[in-house]
Amino acid sequence: MGNPDILLDVKDLKVHFPIEKGILLKKNAGWIRAVDGVSFSVRKGESLGLVGESGCGKSTTAMAVAQLEAATAGKVFFEGRDLSLLSSEELRRARMNFQIVFQDPYSSLNPRMRAGDLIAEPLRIYAGKKIISISENDIQKKTASLMDRCGLSPSFADRYPHEFSGGQRQRIGIARALSLGPKLILADEPVSALDVSIQSQILNLLKDLQQELDLTFLFIAHDLAVVEYFCSRIAVMYLGQIVETADSQTLYQQPMHPYTRALLSAVPLPDPKSARTRKRIILKGDVPSPSAVRSGCPFMERCPDVMERCRVEAPVLSDLNEKHQVACFLYDSPSKQI
Amino acid sequence: MEKPRILKNGIAVTGLVIILFYIIMIIVSVFWLPFDSSAMDVKHVLESPSFKTGHLFGTDEFGRDVLSRIMKGSSVSLIISISATAFGALIGILMGIWAGFLGGRWDNFIMRIADIMFSFPSLLLAIFIMAVLGENTYNVIIAVGIVYIPQFARISRGAIISLKSNEFVRAARSNGAGDSYILFRHLLPNSMPPIIVQISLSLSVAILLESSLSFLGLGIQPPEPSWGNMLSGARKVMMIAPWTAIYPGLAIVTLVLGFNLLGDGLRDVLDPRLRNVR
Repeated sequence: MGNPDILLDVKDLKVHFPIEKGILLKKNAGWIRAVDGVSFSVRKGESLGLVGESGCGKSTTAMAVAQLEAATAGKVFFEGRDLSLLSSEELRRARMNFQIVFQDPYSSLNPRMRAGDLIAEPLRIYAGKKIISISENDIQKKTASLMDRCGLSPSFADRYPHEFSGGQRQRIGIARALSLGPKLILADEPVSALDVSIQSQILNLLKDLQQELDLTFLFIAHDLAVVEYFCSRIAVMYLGQIVETADSQTLYQQPMHPYTRALLSAVPLPDPKSARTRKRIILKGDVPSPSAVRSGCPFMERCPDVMERCRVEAPVLSDLNEKHQVACFLYDSPSKQI
Repeated sequence: MEKPRILKNGIAVTGLVIILFYIIMIIVSVFWLPFDSSAMDVKHVLESPSFKTGHLFGTDEFGRDVLSRIMKGSSVSLIISISATAFGALIGILMGIWAGFLGGRWDNFIMRIADIMFSFPSLLLAIFIMAVLGENTYNVIIAVGIVYIPQFARISRGAIISLKSNEFVRAARSNGAGDSYILFRHLLPNSMPPIIVQISLSLSVAILLESSLSFLGLGIQPPEPSWGNMLSGARKVMMIAPWTAIYPGLAIVTLVLGFNLLGDGLRDVLDPRLRNVR
């Protein structure tokens, strides 16, 4: 924990949901392993992208990091402090430093609160709990400046969420997340509910804010183009585990894990000529159920390069070089590539 | 914004006017009635409505003035309907939000009790409670209130559960909000529209339920007038003196209509999404 550069450090995080059966006497009929041993760290000022297909546990990871979902096992360190050991009062103080931008701008805003009140709500809660001292007058001023900064006219403060477009609502969500002056923003698919034209506006806003306010991002998305644009480093998730992490450039130029390769080959290209010549890797089958008891590599059923070893042993994330980690036996040779 | 929004809503205003009319009637009835509501007059039995005699709504089989009895009975009906609804709503909503918010075992336990109460037809349950408690005005309130508890519990639980999964609840939690803040600032206000509609329906159904109980002889006891026992008395003479049944019936219908209109209007007024529509 000695490294002061590391803002968020996640160690072997697991989130398992019980499957309950029966009406009166609930029996546990197994577990859904939504997140199954995820480790990563986020350095100050960087933006780490977490990508993967639907249901691979990206959002659950973010919720567990934010302590909104109870972790089954594993630890989340924020600025070197284990969040699971904090008292509820300490956790409340710590929450000021990591805020969430939610996926769905329609359900993340209370329809009965005005835009200004929504953005000011965190400040009012913390002022009410005497954790920060700020006068109502200053709250109003701060709200207006946040709205202005996020591209909303402060005159909209009296409007209700339903009077805004999806992009504007997401701006309200961003302004709310910024109101407490956080260091880390957990962006849970912040643009996937928006139109493509609006996506770029929101992404640019987030990018500007990152530079201006020195923010760190954990950016969750399933759109690889968005992540490539936004993130400096990318972690690829599959079935609750991270299979590859690398710089975004490295990952796009030299994907190593067979799953990452398949994922990248599925990104639509704007140029039809190069799209035609590109070799697409089409995976067979579906993602296995996260409730199945299994051994071996999570990707073994669908992997084009599957080996005998993959069926019995699970590969762990290991260094290819200091900027590139992959969990695959294909690269498990004694002479590591540098 | 000087004019309260509810006054811009025609439906709600119509309902309010009707209810206000009855409230004024109650106030007047305390100080003045055209005739003594329980004074019998054997010379003027079953007289048809006329200006000449002063019996505007006629007289019943004992010669009592129907208008005076309706006025006297309105306070009974309105008080019972409001207090029974308040009683049922308070307990039911508390049960419902408790069950919905905590979930799990509490939810199961509370809602099974509500299911048991639901399995009785409401009139039968009210009759049962009246038979156990005995016949007086307070017991009518309790009986009707108990009938309402499971309805309010179920509606508020459903509303809380569907709201709980919204991301704004998570957002509030990540913004440092505690359980009670989330419950009272985020969940309850958003669950109000169905509850308010239920309250307005309950107010009107309470009038009907009280009338039914009184009609069956289990509610307000004669000679104390209530709209229900007036109808009950009119049953025997309805064919020769229809005014004895028509006017109390009309009173019930209009007050029920008033509450329903108010409820409809309130739902629109309280929902910001419908505010600028229409």
